[in-house]
Amino acid sequence: MDQTITVTVNGREYECSVEPRLLLSDFLRHEIGLTGTHVGCEHGVCGACTVLVDNEAVRSCLLFAVQTNGREVATVEGLDGGAQALHPIQHGFWERHGLQCGFCTPGILMSLVPFLQENPNPTEEEIRDLLSGNICRCTGYQKIVEAVQLGARLIQEKSS
Amino acid sequence: MSTRQFGQPIKRNEDPRLLTGRALFTDDVQLDGMLHAAFLRSDLAHALIHSIDVEGASRRPGVAAVYTAGDLGEFWQPGPLLVPPPPVEQLEFHQRTQVPLAKEKVRHAGEAVAMVIAESRYLAEDALDDIFVDYEPLDAVTGLEAALSEGSPLVHEDLGHNIGARVTQTKGNWTQAEAEADLVIRRRFHYDRGTAAALENRGIVASWDEKGQRLTVWDTTQAPIAIRNGLAAMLGLSEHQVRVIAPFIGGGFGPKIMMFYPEEVLLAWATLLLGRPVKWIEDREENFYATTQERGQVHDAAIALKGDGTILGIKDSFIHDAGAYAPYGLTVPLSSQCTLLGPYVVPSYHSEFSSVFTNKPIVTPYRGAGRQHGVFVMERLMDAAAKELDIELVEIRRRNLIPPDSFPYNNEIIFQDFTPLVYDSGNYEPALDRALQLIGYQEFIREEQPRREANGERVGIAVVNYIEGTGIGPYEGARVTVEASGKVSVATGVGTQGQGHYTSFAQVVAEQIGVAVSDVHIVTGDTDLFYWGAGTFASRGAVVAGNAMHAAAVKVRGKILKLAGDKLEAAEEDLELIAGRVQVKGVPETSISLGQLAAEANPMRGAVQPGTEPGLEATEYFGPERGATASGVHAMILRVDPETFTLEIEKYVVVHDCGTVINPLILEGQIQGGVAQGIGNAFYEQLHFDENGALRNASLMDYLLPTATDVPNIVSDHVETPSPLNPLGVKGAGEAGAIPVGALFAQALDNAYRDIGLEVREIPLSPNRLFELVTEASAGEIV
Repeated sequence: MDQTITVTVNGREYECSVEPRLLLSDFLRHEIGLTGTHVGCEHGVCGACTVLVDNEAVRSCLLFAVQTNGREVATVEGLDGGAQALHPIQHGFWERHGLQCGFCTPGILMSLVPFLQENPNPTEEEIRDLLSGNICRCTGYQKIVEAVQLGARLIQEKSS
Repeated sequence: MSTRQFGQPIKRNEDPRLLTGRALFTDDVQLDGMLHAAFLRSDLAHALIHSIDVEGASRRPGVAAVYTAGDLGEFWQPGPLLVPPPPVEQLEFHQRTQVPLAKEKVRHAGEAVAMVIAESRYLAEDALDDIFVDYEPLDAVTGLEAALSEGSPLVHEDLGHNIGARVTQTKGNWTQAEAEADLVIRRRFHYDRGTAAALENRGIVASWDEKGQRLTVWDTTQAPIAIRNGLAAMLGLSEHQVRVIAPFIGGGFGPKIMMFYPEEVLLAWATLLLGRPVKWIEDREENFYATTQERGQVHDAAIALKGDGTILGIKDSFIHDAGAYAPYGLTVPLSSQCTLLGPYVVPSYHSEFSSVFTNKPIVTPYRGAGRQHGVFVMERLMDAAAKELDIELVEIRRRNLIPPDSFPYNNEIIFQDFTPLVYDSGNYEPALDRALQLIGYQEFIREEQPRREANGERVGIAVVNYIEGTGIGPYEGARVTVEASGKVSVATGVGTQGQGHYTSFAQVVAEQIGVAVSDVHIVTGDTDLFYWGAGTFASRGAVVAGNAMHAAAVKVRGKILKLAGDKLEAAEEDLELIAGRVQVKGVPETSISLGQLAAEANPMRGAVQPGTEPGLEATEYFGPERGATASGVHAMILRVDPETFTLEIEKYVVVHDCGTVINPLILEGQIQGGVAQGIGNAFYEQLHFDENGALRNASLMDYLLPTATDVPNIVSDHVETPSPLNPLGVKGAGEAGAIPVGALFAQALDNAYRDIGLEVREIPLSPNRLFELVTEASAGEIV
C-alpha cells in the first residue's frame, strides 16, 4: 500500500506516492532523478550514498523514503557556493586531486558539510577519523585529506 | 611552445561534473519503459541442477519474463576465450569458459541459474524467491593441491582432471646452477584471494530501438569496443547496429575488463526479445561472487646462490587458482612467472605452473594481475638468502641488480603479451638509494630501532624492489579534430575508470596544438565515436592510447602549420602555435585563430586541390613492439601493537620509474591508490571460502577494505628513465603501487620479530594470523 510523503529536497518540495519499502537512496535516484547520490553497498558501510536529513549526515541506503516525510533532505546536487559556483569543499577536491573515479565523492562531500560546520579547523587526525566512515577505493585518502584541509580554509576565507 | 602542458600537475577536466553529481554513471541511465533484471544465483558452489520451477515467479504481477538456460536455445554458448595460450613449447591448455546461465550443473557459488525481468528491481527480486531449484550438492574443489589430488571431485567432468593448463618456461640451466651453488634455499609460499571491490558495482542497460534497428548498451566495462564486436556477433547484428557506451565508471581495477559477463550477453539478448530497455545493477553481495577475483597461488620456490650472494638461478613451481572457468586464459599466472625475476640478474630460471579449476568464482586480472605473487616469491627468497649468508638485506639486492648499461635486457621467456620478456630500459640503483634516503634506513637500523626496542616497542623496516611490465599492445587509436570553435575534440576507444584520461590525454594533445588543456575535449568509451581499440588494462592507457593521441596531434599540428603558412604567407618553420592561434614567431599581429583555420579547412563552396582532406583532423594508431618496463622501490617503517597485533604504518616511501611523466598530480594519485589497495591485500582483505566453496565474508562489514585511518601518507619520488619504445617515453603506472606491498609487509614484520626468527611466507595477513605466526615462531616451530 503506497504512502504519500512530502519531502523537501535541496529546497524543493516533492509530494510523492511511494511504497513503504522504497529506500531513500532509490527514491532520490530513481523517483526524483537526483542521481548524484551513489549506491555502493546497500548495507550502510561504504558511505557513498550519504545525504543530509535535517542537516545530519545519514546513509540513504539505510533509510526508507517514508522516514523523511516532512523533513529536509540535501544531496550533492544542492551543494554549491552560490551563483552555481562550486562549493569551497568541492574546490578543495578539485585543486588537490581528491577524487579519481568520483563514485564515492558525493557521499564524502555530504559527510563533510556538517563536519566542517562543527569543526571549522579540523586536525588531520580528526579528518581521517571522519573519513573512516566513507570508503574510497581509488585515492588512498591522502589527497582527500589535503582536499578537506584546503576546503576548510576556503570556507573560512569565504565567511571572513 | 610558450607554455608547457605536458608534464604539469594540471587539475582534471572531468572533476567539476563528478563533484557536482552531474557525471553519468551506468545506473543513472533512465529510459522510458525500462524493465529491470535480477538473477537467481546458486548458494551452492558445486551441485547438479535437476530441475528449475519458475512457474510461480512467472505468474507474479509485474514480472515480464523469467529465463533459464533452457530458454536460451542456440544463444546458450560458453563465452569466448579472451586471451589464447601463449606460444610456449609443450604447453597444455584446456579451454573452459563461463556460460550465460548454468545448465545441468553449477560450478561456483553465485553462478546465475535464472534471470527475472520485471517492472522494477524490487519486483524482480521478489520474484527470485518464487523460483525453486532442485539441486543435488556435490563435494566442492576448494584447495589448490587438493584439486590436483587423485580422487578429487571434478569441476569439469569431461576433462577427467582439474588442470586448466600447464606451462613450463626456462632460461639458462637450473640444474647446473643448483650444482654450482654454495647455497640453495627452498621455501613454500601462499598467496590467497581478494577482490577488487570497485565502489561502483557492475551494471548494464541494454536498449533495442526497433525503428532504428540499433542496440545501445551502457556497460561498466573497461573494453567497450570488444563488447560491441562480441555482442554484434552473438546477436547476428552488424557492428554498426550496436553502440556500446562505457560512461563514467566507478573504479575498474581489472575485473571490469572480463568479458563476457553473463549479464552482458543476457541483457542485450533480452531487450531484443522484449522490445523494451532492460537494466541490471549488481548489488554488493553479488559483486562478491559474480564479479571476477584474483590471486590464489601456492609456490614451491628455490634459489641458488654463490657465497657472496650472487644469484645463480631460481626454480619455481606453482599452482594457480583459475576458479570455475578461465575466460582470460593464462594472463595472471604468466604475469606471476614473468614478474618474479624482478630487477635482478638471474642467469638460470626454471618456472612451471599448473592452472587448476576450483569451485570458486572466476579469476581474471585485478590490479597487479599476478605480479604480486612473483614479487613476493622473489623478495622473500632474497630475504631468506640474506639471512643465511649473513649479508645485509639491501646489500644482497644491490649486488644482483641489473646494471644500467645492460638494457635492453633479455630474460628470454615469453611475457603475457606473447613477446619475449625484454626489459626496455631501467636504472635501478638510484631508485633504491633514493628510497633508502627517504625512509632513513641506516638511521632507523642503527639508532631509532634499538632505542625504541629498548622501550619495549615492536618496530620493523623493509625495502623491496619490483619491476612491472606495462603498456602492452596490441594497439590503440585516436582521432584529433580542431573544431570551428577553436576547441579540440579527441576520441579514443579505451574506457576510463578514474585514471584522469580526460586530462592526461588532453595534455598530450594540447602540447602539440597549443591550446589550453581545458579546451581539449576527450571522448572515451563510446563505440559510435571511435571504432577501433582494445581497452584499458595492463597499465597501458597512457602508453598506448597516449602515444596514439600524440601521433594524431602531431599530424594535426602539421596540417595547421601548412594551412596557416598558406594563409599568412609565411614559411611553416617561422610559425608558432600559442593560445589557440598560429602566429609568425614574435609577430602576434600576423596570426590566425585555430577556429578560423578549421573553418577554412572545411570550405563550403569552390574548388580544392586534388587529394585535399577536409578539416584539421587526423586519426592515428599506436602499437608498441612490446611492453615498457616500469620499476620501483617501496620502503616502510611499521609498528606492531604487541598485544593486539594491529599495525601502524609510520612511514611509507615509493620511488618509482614510469618513464616520462605526463601529469605528476595524477601519477601520485595512482601510486597512492595502488598502495592503499596493496595494504588492504597485505593485511586486511581476504576472501574466506569454507570447504564447501561458500564465501563466508561476502559483505563490506566482513571483508575489510582499508579506511582513512589505515592508510598512511605516502612520500613519493620519481626516477625518470624514458622508454625507448614509444615517442613520449612513457611507461604505465596504474598498477605499480599495489604490486610489492605484500612482500614489504612480510619483510617489515620479519624485521620487527627478528629476535624470534619470524619468517612470513603468506599473504594476506591479519592481526589474528600475525598473532598465530608470532606464537608459533616463539615456540620455535617452523611455520
